[in-house]
Amino acid sequence: MAMIKFNVNGKAQSVDAVPEMPLLWVLRDVLGMTGTKFGCGAGLCGACTVHLDGNAVRSCQTQVSRVAGKSVTTIEGLSTDGSHPVQAAWIELDVPQCGYCQAGQMMQAASLLTKNSKPADSDIDEVMRGNICRCGTYQDIRRAIHRAAEIKANGGRA
Amino acid sequence: MSTARSIVRTNKEATQITNVSRRGFLGAAGGLLLGFVLPEPKMEAQQIGTPPPNLFAPPPTGKPNAYIHIGTDDSITFWITKSEMGQGPTTACSQMLAEELECDWSKVRMQIAPVDPASFGHQTTVGSQAIRTTWEPLRRAGAEAREMLIQAAAQKWGVDKGQCRAENGFVINTATNARLSYGTLTEAASKLPVPQNVALKDPKQFKIIGKPLKKLDTRDKVLGKAVFGMDVRREGMLYAVMEQCPVFGGKAVSFDASKAKTVPGVKNVVMTSRGVAVIADSTWSAMQGRKLLSVQWDEGAGANVSSASIRQMFVQRASEKGAAARKEGDVAAGLAKAAKKLIAVYESPYLSHAPMEPMNCTVHAMGDRAEAWVPTQSPTTSRAVIAQALGLAPEKVDLHVTAIGGGFGRRGEGELDWILGAAEVAKQVQGPLKLVYSREDDMQHDYYRPASYVEFEGGIDAQGWPSVLQAKIACPSFAFIRDGVDGTAVTGLANLPYEMPDILVDWRVANTVVPVSYWRAPGVSQNAYFLECFFDELCALNGKDPVEARRHLIQKTPRLLNVLNIAAEKAGWGKKLPTGHFQGVAIGFNAGSYVAQVAEISLVKGKVKVHRVVCAFDCGIVINPGILKQQIEGGIIFGLSAAAKGEITIERGRVVQSNFNNYDVTRIDEAPRMETYIVESNERPSGAGEATNPTILPAVVNAIFAATKKPVRKLPLRAANLA
Repeated sequence: MAMIKFNVNGKAQSVDAVPEMPLLWVLRDVLGMTGTKFGCGAGLCGACTVHLDGNAVRSCQTQVSRVAGKSVTTIEGLSTDGSHPVQAAWIELDVPQCGYCQAGQMMQAASLLTKNSKPADSDIDEVMRGNICRCGTYQDIRRAIHRAAEIKANGGRA
Repeated sequence: MSTARSIVRTNKEATQITNVSRRGFLGAAGGLLLGFVLPEPKMEAQQIGTPPPNLFAPPPTGKPNAYIHIGTDDSITFWITKSEMGQGPTTACSQMLAEELECDWSKVRMQIAPVDPASFGHQTTVGSQAIRTTWEPLRRAGAEAREMLIQAAAQKWGVDKGQCRAENGFVINTATNARLSYGTLTEAASKLPVPQNVALKDPKQFKIIGKPLKKLDTRDKVLGKAVFGMDVRREGMLYAVMEQCPVFGGKAVSFDASKAKTVPGVKNVVMTSRGVAVIADSTWSAMQGRKLLSVQWDEGAGANVSSASIRQMFVQRASEKGAAARKEGDVAAGLAKAAKKLIAVYESPYLSHAPMEPMNCTVHAMGDRAEAWVPTQSPTTSRAVIAQALGLAPEKVDLHVTAIGGGFGRRGEGELDWILGAAEVAKQVQGPLKLVYSREDDMQHDYYRPASYVEFEGGIDAQGWPSVLQAKIACPSFAFIRDGVDGTAVTGLANLPYEMPDILVDWRVANTVVPVSYWRAPGVSQNAYFLECFFDELCALNGKDPVEARRHLIQKTPRLLNVLNIAAEKAGWGKKLPTGHFQGVAIGFNAGSYVAQVAEISLVKGKVKVHRVVCAFDCGIVINPGILKQQIEGGIIFGLSAAAKGEITIERGRVVQSNFNNYDVTRIDEAPRMETYIVESNERPSGAGEATNPTILPAVVNAIFAATKKPVRKLPLRAANLA
């Protein structure tokens, strides 16, 4: 066990955990932040996607020791009121079905938009293909990412 | 509980609505609380050869099993007994109620009902039934409540109720334009008798039904606030993972936990009837402990079973006599006089449900009572399973239905292994306990979509139209067998829509050690592929156009003909396509709805790329077109996973596949452009959730047949030679 300090959604956290424990389980079981989901435990489905210093990572494949001193953003911190362009677009287009994968989808999409402010469908497919949705919301996700790009270009206004 | 006022209608055909306002029931303080009756599932064999049967009927007791409360603060609360898995019943059912109630949609609050059969009947969400079984009673309940509020306002104003009307949560005096909100009328309304024979609206007057209103639970899901079963947290809760025998039917004999217990956080290791559970203070610690666990298994006879031995058994069974599920004319005579004939064997594999949220269940056993938090499609049965495991009466278990990360049948009626396992571990723990399946557990200890095997023989007449079809099906039984036939296992073939003089569909059971259960569109999910692809093979015997042949043979099913015509026209069937592109068509009568799909594909180095899917759909009156479109598109993606990739194989009694690396599903870059055309209709609503996933398989496979002229008689396509 070791004390590991990092920042989650702008707040300093200090956790006493096995260094090998994946960030996913630290977030969910230790810090009680359950918005980040467990889907496969093997980096194959994207449900656990969070931002580490602004980059999308699979938290189930990220040992908490690697997070020391860094900043983590989860779905709870993307915005608290749904005002982040991605969340606003997701709400506007009513994207989620069961919703379980959607935190990971939105974190991946938010990361995409920081690197590519106007992605084409092919850009979306390339970046989002690691995120599985069994309900099959893919067409809505593509539309929502285009819409989020619009909202963002519009200074965050819908 | 006092029963100050309780009026129950006795007309069996109509909704029986009960005024239960004075009972202090469901914690409702004041206001107007009405109870009414929704159909409940009849868990019994299905009728053969008929359209998908209505498994639901009014409960024999006639007691209320659904409730609506109108608060003095104008709030409208509807206790819904359907489980929300993203298919939208919470929103759509609320729309039906709100339409007739004439309430303010923004004031509608949906509440998942607690499990309480005495108050809510048998709660289960299966078979694409949520809307079609509640269409009539929900609207009637809304209408009757509205009339009571109007009556109450008329009395307050001392006017005839004909002078009053309801709109958007107010009763309006049409002579004076005075308005009273529903909340101010609940007290007076609660003292009134429930009106009789209230007329329901003409669909032309609908204001809420038919609108693409946003789902009531979207915001919480987007903010990461929705609490799925996996997200349940209780004070002092421990976590468990379970090592189950890798061989179906095997059992744990003994275990050595000495190494597992050295893992920091591991609290205990216990035996259950499902396997050996490692209990820890975090999911991760439990998983680490499990890796060091040593278990002695009695693998049993299942260890000799493999996909090859199962197939051999299917072949053997198919050669034996079956029980008829559909018989028209005389297939022997039909085959004898056919202009051309064809024999073909079709096969489909076992499939896993693989919802995004792995199985999990939280149980707090407290001696003489228990509390549970379960992402389940079948709350009543789930509660019974927990109660039995804990040696309690069902009413001693307080069960909360959580948000559900996908069901597709895995979380429905059946063994509910994960719930039993959680209860058995919880019994051996102080405090709340959450059992979590890893993805590997979820995939290797599923109750699978059965593999299936069909021997077809068919023929065409002198004009080239398919005229005779015989299908000998061998597959495991889902649950119920009557007169030698499992009605679910033959659905999609037994009710084939084509008017051919000679048809015989028969079935023989071919059970294996591999556990099976309902999987989105049970039976149809494989039979639609078999039927529609063999049909295209028959068409090809004499070069008949697949759309033209279908049109010719479904003339007496106008709604099916209509969707076929729409899909063919919108897809540009028969028109010039981009070089290397080919189209395939398939139709179906699934979940009570009519569906036609045209898939456009190309083949690159033996791999199929689905470019575009046009789907025409008729499910009668549409409650929420936004949700419907999502169910249609979602079904197509789900079906594409099965067509292209899905396959569970068995070696030495074990499932070979383990995670999304070797049981992959459709990804966004493989998702075609989907165009949906929904038929405007005044027919009563039918199902959507299981309507489109079966039909996409044959649409895609028929497009490949058009491209290669070689039929694909076995799925998935990943394993087929498409060169």
